[in-house]
Amino acid sequence: MAVLVQQLLFLIVLGITGYLVSRKAREIYRNIRLGKPDDRTNEPGKRLRNMLLLAFGQKKMFQNLTPALLHLCVYVAFLITQIELIEIFVDGAFGTHRFFYPYLGGLYTFIISFIEILSVLAFVATIAFLSRRNLLKLPRFTMKELAGWPMLDANLILIGEIILIIGIFSMNTADMTLHHGEYGFAVSQWLMPLFAGFSDGTLHLLERFGWWLHILTVFGFLAYLPYSKHLHILLAFPNSYFADLTSPSGKITNMPRITQEINLMLNPSSVADAPPAAENERFGAKDVQDLSWKNLLDAYSCTECGRCTAACPANQTGKKLSPRKIMMDTRDRLEELGQHLNKNGQDVPDGKSLLHDYISPEELRACTTCNACVQECPVSINPLNIIIELRRYLILEEANSPDEWNKMFNNVEHSGAVWQLPADKRITWIQEIENG
Amino acid sequence: MSEPIQVPVMADLMAKGEKPDILFWVGCAGSFDQRAQRITKAFARILHHTGIKFAVLGMEETCTGDPARRAGNEFLFQMQALTNIQTLNMYEVTKIVTTCPHCFNTLKNEYPELGGNYEVIHHTQLLQQLIDEGRIKLKEGGTFKGKRITYHDSCYLGRANQIYEAPRKVLELLDAELVEMKRCRTKGLCCGAGGAQMFKEDEPGRIHVNMERTEDVLQSNANVVAAACPFCNTMLTDGVKYHDKQDEIHVLDIAELIAQAADLGE
Ligand code: SF4
Ligand code: SF4
Repeated sequence: MAVLVQQLLFLIVLGITGYLVSRKAREIYRNIRLGKPDDRTNEPGKRLRNMLLLAFGQKKMFQNLTPALLHLCVYVAFLITQIELIEIFVDGAFGTHRFFYPYLGGLYTFIISFIEILSVLAFVATIAFLSRRNLLKLPRFTMKELAGWPMLDANLILIGEIILIIGIFSMNTADMTLHHGEYGFAVSQWLMPLFAGFSDGTLHLLERFGWWLHILTVFGFLAYLPYSKHLHILLAFPNSYFADLTSPSGKITNMPRITQEINLMLNPSSVADAPPAAENERFGAKDVQDLSWKNLLDAYSCTECGRCTAACPANQTGKKLSPRKIMMDTRDRLEELGQHLNKNGQDVPDGKSLLHDYISPEELRACTTCNACVQECPVSINPLNIIIELRRYLILEEANSPDEWNKMFNNVEHSGAVWQLPADKRITWIQEIENG
Repeated sequence: MSEPIQVPVMADLMAKGEKPDILFWVGCAGSFDQRAQRITKAFARILHHTGIKFAVLGMEETCTGDPARRAGNEFLFQMQALTNIQTLNMYEVTKIVTTCPHCFNTLKNEYPELGGNYEVIHHTQLLQQLIDEGRIKLKEGGTFKGKRITYHDSCYLGRANQIYEAPRKVLELLDAELVEMKRCRTKGLCCGAGGAQMFKEDEPGRIHVNMERTEDVLQSNANVVAAACPFCNTMLTDGVKYHDKQDEIHVLDIAELIAQAADLGE
């Protein structure tokens, strides 16, 4: 009876989680597709390599050893625990107990022991991460943009991780005690004395408690993931696959529509061949739909780690600009727009935009285009690309530019030089060197 | 006074029916800025000395459009690019060397999409090649012996184009002590000029970027900062002045260092 009730409960929770996750996943997919097209399918071999090195191999993380190792513990524990999850699902759905044990025997003990050891490492790493975030006051974790929800998000996941590990060990230790150590798991056999003297009934209850704690945390995590910075666990993979093939690079994306306009201006007879531009297409980006889908995928993939901001020359010298904030703003705005679309459909504008409502011209104008943020990002995000698109909108559509820049533009336009000097001064140095 | 040298201008060569092997793209800073003109002259002397057949565009050169594009003015950038490409293609230019990493990046990476395809190299790359080939001999005794030199990575050479080694290889020949700043190569800190910042005041903040960078210079205890970009040069020179160290620390371009070490005059 109890087994049947548990089976039923399991299936209900599974169903609810599945529904929530798939609904949110579809929404995120739709949101990303609001971005403009950008073909990133060439050179699949090289892309696959990037993905394996960066997402799977965590290449960039290893530029800084201690956090990389700690992160690796949590990451590998996460990956390997998925194996155990298969059994939990089977047991949950069919009311069995350690379904694979009779078939695998020694190998089973080995796998679970391995998971237990990783869990201990992950436990240590999680405690380290929690103290780093909350006690050490690293600048990149105490900045304004992390106040409130992002900080809570980070802590919630870390606490969830600890609950998960407590679940695993109460389940395994109680089970081991019940079966007099028969399974021989590497870590929980040392924990058995903790449960010594408990009645079989209590042990059984503890085992069930651990099992449910474990699986409910996993379900909770799954349902919560799409709202969290931890979505990077999944999106880091496609994001590094579709990343720029040379990154960082000094090359800024071209705007073929501007070339078209210039050609039209210089050669009006070419009007006929030019495909008409879409009515509402803007120069540069004012809102998230004006960015490319890759920019939007970037926003969902951001881990909010702040490595970009810590390396940013503008941010380090006290300017408002923070490349991490650029990414967080893009995601927040996209989520907001997504909610609006869910309620009102395509046709009703919500009167808000990424530029101005989220990101100010002052932030954008502090960027030196130095590429440090792109260089540092462990999951191949390019904040600079978004900054340039927003700058383009400011200049090309709003004519919103500091006076000094307007002067520079004027000089370039009229004398071909960035400074206000007559063009013939360009050869002064030649005259000087030829006269000795 | 240094020995006078001839600087061939493209249009004149063309009129004589000649073609250079390489075009020296001087850039706005190198042409107009008094400090950067010294870099241009030093590099022109090196080209002259090594007997390379080079030419400059002279009055026909105009801004590549780099600052306009980075400020967001794509229209102006493309106008500049298309004009320059027209000039370069008219002269059938195939190879370009430039002393400015911004011109270098734009010519090399951004002109091809607009119809300008050239082999573009930065002057530090050419210098390395010339030294490797034995075409530049440095003076006996070493002008920079006993000096501490540190190299400042320009963003547009380093992160933007992965050129980290060529400038350092050239500096190794100077027989001086090379020291790295705490932030170097991929982690190098920007001088603060890029992205059209050069042409406006900094946004409000705690400190100017060039001053922050100069603190790295001071910490390295170098007496010479080697730069490979005229804008970095200006920024660091100002930073050193701000810290009132202009008598102890000299900011010099790699071309100037080599011209001095090879005794080619100012
Ligand atoms: S490119 Fe801009 S945003 Fe990125 S690190 Fe440099 S200054 Fe900061
Ligand atoms: S953009 Fe990259 S480096 Fe910056 S916070 Fe996000 S994940 Fe970290």
